[in-house]
Amino acid sequence: MDTTILLFLLQDGITNGAIYALLGLALVLVFAVTRVILIPQGEFVTFGALTYATLAAGKLPGTVWLAVLMGAIAFAFDLWSMRLSFRLAPLLRSVVLNLLLPLAILALTSAVVGPTNAIAMNVLLSLVIVAPLGPFLYRIVYQPMAEASVLTLLIASVGAHFALLGLGLVFFGAEGLRGPALSSASVTLGPVPISGQALAVYGVTTGLIVALWLFFGYTLYGKALRATAVNRIGARLAGIRTSLSGQLAFLLAAIIGAVSGILIVPITTIYYDTGFLIGLKGFVAAIIGGLVSYPLTALAAILVGCVEAFSSFYASNYKEAIVFTLLLPVLILRSLAAPAVEEEHD
Amino acid sequence: MRRWPVLLFALAIAVIPFVPGMPPFWLVLLDNIGLAALVAIGLVILTGVGGLTSFGQAAFCGFGAYTTAVLTTSYGLSPWLTLPASLVVAGGAAVLLGLITVRLSGHYLPLGTIAWGISLYYIFGKVELLGRHDGISGIPPLMIGQIAFADPRAIYFIIWLAVIVAALLTMNLLDSRTGRAVRALRRGHVAAEAFGVPTAKMKLLVFIHAAVLAGLSGWLYAHFQRAVNPTPFGLNAGIEYLFIAVVGGAGYVWGAVLGAGVVTVLKEILQGALPALFNVQAQLETIVFGVLLVLLLQVAPGGLWPRLTALFPTRSPGGVGVVTDAEPLAARQKSDAAAGPLLEVQKARKQFGGVVAVNDVSFEVKAGEIVALIGPNGAGKSTMFNLITGVLPADGGQISTQGQRIDGATPQHIVRLGIARTFQHVKLVPDMTVLENVALGTHTRGHAGALASLFRLDRTDEARLLGEAVRQIERVGLADRMYQPAGSLPLGQQRIVEIARALCADPALLLLDEPAAGLRHMEKQNLAALLRQLRSDGMGVLLVEHDMGFVMELADRVTVLEFGTKIAEGVPDAIKNDPAVIEAYLGIAA
Repeated sequence: MDTTILLFLLQDGITNGAIYALLGLALVLVFAVTRVILIPQGEFVTFGALTYATLAAGKLPGTVWLAVLMGAIAFAFDLWSMRLSFRLAPLLRSVVLNLLLPLAILALTSAVVGPTNAIAMNVLLSLVIVAPLGPFLYRIVYQPMAEASVLTLLIASVGAHFALLGLGLVFFGAEGLRGPALSSASVTLGPVPISGQALAVYGVTTGLIVALWLFFGYTLYGKALRATAVNRIGARLAGIRTSLSGQLAFLLAAIIGAVSGILIVPITTIYYDTGFLIGLKGFVAAIIGGLVSYPLTALAAILVGCVEAFSSFYASNYKEAIVFTLLLPVLILRSLAAPAVEEEHD
Repeated sequence: MRRWPVLLFALAIAVIPFVPGMPPFWLVLLDNIGLAALVAIGLVILTGVGGLTSFGQAAFCGFGAYTTAVLTTSYGLSPWLTLPASLVVAGGAAVLLGLITVRLSGHYLPLGTIAWGISLYYIFGKVELLGRHDGISGIPPLMIGQIAFADPRAIYFIIWLAVIVAALLTMNLLDSRTGRAVRALRRGHVAAEAFGVPTAKMKLLVFIHAAVLAGLSGWLYAHFQRAVNPTPFGLNAGIEYLFIAVVGGAGYVWGAVLGAGVVTVLKEILQGALPALFNVQAQLETIVFGVLLVLLLQVAPGGLWPRLTALFPTRSPGGVGVVTDAEPLAARQKSDAAAGPLLEVQKARKQFGGVVAVNDVSFEVKAGEIVALIGPNGAGKSTMFNLITGVLPADGGQISTQGQRIDGATPQHIVRLGIARTFQHVKLVPDMTVLENVALGTHTRGHAGALASLFRLDRTDEARLLGEAVRQIERVGLADRMYQPAGSLPLGQQRIVEIARALCADPALLLLDEPAAGLRHMEKQNLAALLRQLRSDGMGVLLVEHDMGFVMELADRVTVLEFGTKIAEGVPDAIKNDPAVIEAYLGIAA
């Protein structure tokens, strides 16, 4: 292998790895705050990617209808849980967030959609469309069983993944889509040309990681999320609404997922079911990071991306098998390094 | 265990194919239900009972199916010869994957199974020998003599025979010495290990059991479909099996069969009805499936089987299977005073980071004596217990029993040497009866292994163990609670159950961590009488307790700890007037 190929593979690996890193961070975030292992994270990627690609084609993406649908269900859940203690303010809040907001997004999108829209506009629209899906998902699936065991939540995640996967097929069809690149610029670094898209990936990833760091370190909401992660009961006693923390974590996860999708759809064709596998690779990184460490997760994601790039070159048949098998030695090392003290189940 | 419902079920299953006008398609469905039920039964014992969640069971079906596919098509072996091969390959794969996986803790375990579940799916689809993505076709049907079990109606009998046998064997396994050990796993390791259960081995064992059942299902599948390809052995299938087990009720063997029925039929209806209903070309059943799964977890997290059995209340199974006239277990040889004290702790030390929890503490307990270990909260008493019983390794010093060093020994070894304990935070399995919980204490005194219990060859051994458990329960005065779930007892009585469990290990030295907490006055009197009785029988007792009246009345000697350091030692009257002790408790010099 010569240097050029090496550099190409490395570039490929780092680009994909950066996207896995974003997903890994979102997974760590959600797990830390809610103890949910968010298998549907991949669906946010798909939705972000396909929404962006559909908008770029000048059509109305099905996700706006999905948001309306999920908002209505979330509203029904709110009504049900308010049946015993009715108060006007929460009801109005629920109406605005669950019913009016998705409808407003639907109206806005219908009004401005067109084949000549600027890329930035489409990106922004995609984010606005996909972001509410996160809190809706939390409200519908996880909030009613927030105190359940990690395992129960994990199985519920699998159910949510199936449902969203099927909905993705309904709203986007079985055809794969590609979106326009965020930037058509190109830089040459030594023998290797680096595409503007790759640069965009690096820039956005770095930017998001810094933003998350600032959010968690320096804002009240960020600190509230961290407090919820450390001790739910303690956080509640301190006046933090843990259900709000959960919705906030899911909002971030949906946004991060959508961003990843928008970043990846110009590079590779995305089908309604592609997100799952991409999300799982984010998982591999998150688990290597122990589901707690953000920097370790980001590093691990780059490693996963590179392993994937190199194994697709040397043993393309076994690419996926190699990436997922990579997890096993890591898990063993983790278990050996920190043997479980005592876990109380149930 | 009552047998007639099983017999009735078997009869009903046997009659179904002979019902006139039975559509052949229904038999295909029933075949599929049976195949899924086999895998789900394995998951019940693995996940529902043992607490090990696996998303990867479909891969073991794959091992079973591909083994027979390759051996029958490429090497022309008879399917009956490949049955053991399929089971061995599935079981062998479980040993390899299990050695890696079952050591994983918490949520790493299910994630690990997802990882190798996906890897194996891709490997099945890429290996030349296994026919890559097209798989292997032309697998011969099962034959007995000249009769081929080629059609769904014929293989139906073989599949359901396998299901019923597997269910019975699994129930046998659960209702045994090994089964109790497996059922204790879900509540954590410490209590099980304190009574000699090799937890890693038990986990591997249930892992293999589940994998062999999945392998059997795969073998049947290969000869039923007569072709294999990677799709039914991927992660989605693995998720579906887990779904089946959860729907049925993850702790119940027959819940697996029920779950398999409900899920398979539901899937069939959804696949048939939804496209017609909505006229959309999409996998609507996936959506409904996911939604139903989430709803089920929100509404009935325990699964359907417990709900179903609740409709048919039965009398409580009072005294079933316990033979109290079984030959008593052999007792431990009387301790030899010449060998050394029952417990000798010399300069034991334990640090957690910068905190010295136990600071060079020394004391001893002799046969026929009650020693109390007291001190304010956080003094290091429970840590001391954990050092003695091998739960935590000591950082320094020596601990020995009758001249034998035990610092560094495993909990399983220490209980065999005659040191049994109770826990400050009660560690019983709440959904097991008091009897079963107490019988876990006899683990080191039984011999029957997993294979013997599968085939009910363990009954003499089992009767002796249960007989011992009954005796100890009567001894501590809980005979009327014997068949109640341990979790339904008040906390004070649960502590007494723990004492009975410890006594079942036939200890020379009994370690009690706050046994009197939560007891009423009379119950404390009874406990004191019991401990006096044990003392006069020559047992040594080490007691951690906050009830000073109880301690001072009972103990022969008292050791006082504060911040990990021993500040006083002596007879109760001397301790009561020791200025250092008074200062430690009241914060002022007397």
